[in-house]
Amino acid sequence: MIKFLKSIFEKLIEGTLFLSSTITTLAIVLIIIFLFKEGIGTFNQTPIEDGFSLVVNKNNPINELSAPEIKNIFDQNITNWKTVGGKNDSITLFNLDNIGEFYSDSAIGENFEFLPQCISDYTEKNPGVVAFVSTRYTEKGFTGKILTTPKVKVTEFISQKEWFPTAQPAAQLGVLPLILGTLWVSFGAILIALPLGLSTSIYMAEIASPKIRNILKPLIELLAGIPSVVYGFFGLVVIVPEIQKLFNLPVGETALAGSIVLAIMALPTIITISEDALRTTPKSMKEASLALGANKWQTIYRVVIPYSGSGITAATILGIGRAIGETMAVLMVTGNAAVIPHSFLEPVRTIPATIAAELGEAPQGGLHYKALFALGCILFIITMAINLIVGYISSKKKYNAK
Amino acid sequence: MKTKITAALFIAIVINLSAFTQNVVNIKIKGSDTVLPLSQKEAETFMKKNKTAKITVTGGGSGVGIAAFVDGSTDIAMSSRKMKMSEKMKMQDAGKAFKEVIIANDALSVIVNPANKVSQLTREQIEGIFTGKITNWKEVGGDDEKIVAYSRESSSGTFEFFKEHLLNNKNYGTAILMMPATGAVVQSVSQTKGAIGYVGFAYIEKNIKAIKISYDKGKTFIEPTVVNAKNKTYPVVRPLYYYYLTKDEAKVKTFVDYILSEEGQKVVNEVGYISLK
Repeated sequence: MIKFLKSIFEKLIEGTLFLSSTITTLAIVLIIIFLFKEGIGTFNQTPIEDGFSLVVNKNNPINELSAPEIKNIFDQNITNWKTVGGKNDSITLFNLDNIGEFYSDSAIGENFEFLPQCISDYTEKNPGVVAFVSTRYTEKGFTGKILTTPKVKVTEFISQKEWFPTAQPAAQLGVLPLILGTLWVSFGAILIALPLGLSTSIYMAEIASPKIRNILKPLIELLAGIPSVVYGFFGLVVIVPEIQKLFNLPVGETALAGSIVLAIMALPTIITISEDALRTTPKSMKEASLALGANKWQTIYRVVIPYSGSGITAATILGIGRAIGETMAVLMVTGNAAVIPHSFLEPVRTIPATIAAELGEAPQGGLHYKALFALGCILFIITMAINLIVGYISSKKKYNAK
Repeated sequence: MKTKITAALFIAIVINLSAFTQNVVNIKIKGSDTVLPLSQKEAETFMKKNKTAKITVTGGGSGVGIAAFVDGSTDIAMSSRKMKMSEKMKMQDAGKAFKEVIIANDALSVIVNPANKVSQLTREQIEGIFTGKITNWKEVGGDDEKIVAYSRESSSGTFEFFKEHLLNNKNYGTAILMMPATGAVVQSVSQTKGAIGYVGFAYIEKNIKAIKISYDKGKTFIEPTVVNAKNKTYPVVRPLYYYYLTKDEAKVKTFVDYILSEEGQKVVNEVGYISLK
């Protein structure tokens, strides 16, 4: 009877374990599906806000304008239709929000009932006009020409260099500076954190006396518990001015500041995990090495590190993951200018910082909202690629060692 | 005897409750993060005076507040900008008449590092700096020093206001540094020699220098002070709005009137904005 109960109990535990792993997997799969579903939606939309269109005079030969062209026209950097392949005629801008400058309130009507006529009239009279208006006014009896804007393309999304998702009338969605900014900052962080973290963990696992280790380890683990905003503020108030002074820069908010802050944040992960891995090396192996006449350093280098290789790899992956995905601290110290970085001493804007700063205000379901999800997808792909590469390299190493 | 007392008590409670529910004013306010601290403070002082009033204030941004107002999920939309034409259209489509009230003013000032010898700029020069066409202080009469321009994030209403009023609606340059909070802008400008940024009046302190602005191509430069903002000589002033439905007027009137009263306007000054009178 007791045996029977025991076996039921065991089955129950087995079931619970199975269930929890299933739930975890499901949650991850669901998040990924959600992320990609929203992200891919970006490429079904045009850069012009829903319900609005760009209209020109009906004699204007232009039929289509790209997003960067629209931006340059409305920023008055392009002032002649010739530049975008049209006639030699200057461009007149018209925006619905300043219609009051051209027509009196009575002409528009108290309830805006004559607004469509006003817009139609204005586009008719001005041959060089380009107007940004709601599609409702261009439905009936409209005499101008409605321009088409091409949908956002994946290649443009990745290769264009300007990120102005809230620009009116056409959003500029070029994520290249953001991708490069993210990689730049994370690369710098790993460059700093990995050697520092590994040497600390080797010191703690092999060289330090138990007393020192007992003080060091909890201290380092404490680092992991500090909220990232605190790191960010520390970076902004301490690291940023120091970098500015040290390199005599006009501005201290740089990729380097971000890398340093991220390196400090990634250190506890790298140290604790790789130290645990190093300490799993069996005593017999170390003693065998020492008995063969190898000194302490040779034992660490030839026996301990190769043995705990997979643990160190895991530590590295988690460290990189922390660095790439970190938002708040980076948001505060890197300056967030969406320009392509050429050195560590320039401001950069990272993907997580962009998502954190903009998602709250992006209208749900709109192009900006979806573009931010697409950014999330890119981040996911980058992290996954790094994990796969690191996993591949470490598995190859093990094979060679055998 | 006991039952009689409980019955009496019960009746008293019921009467009290019904009296309570009749008087209670429950107002939901949503919108601009700029107006948020002001609305919170006003609601706090108002509720202290009127024990029956219950006011819930939430942020999210002007656009979010107005969207909620159109949906009918908030009683008052607070906004740091005037309602856009497209939003007015939506209200009209839904057949909802609404009222607009200006509750206070907010003024922005352009700030530089105190070590910077430039103390005045024209609007055109500021446009050049923030659109990335002017990159060195010597072009505007300062030292040979690279200009580092700080802005708020694009989600902020201040970002839009600055763009409309000082950049002539042009887009910011790509090299502009975007800071997540006004405090961060102040911190960065105070420690960067070539910095320029913009903040609300309430944030001006001795570590940063507010500069004079000219809107008439350099003829007159006006100092950003509360007095100049009130008499409208300082141009970078924006009204802060409340929007409510005409049919809700009876419900929200006591609160709106309180803000417009002398006592409410005193709170406006305390929070760091500019009172109407």
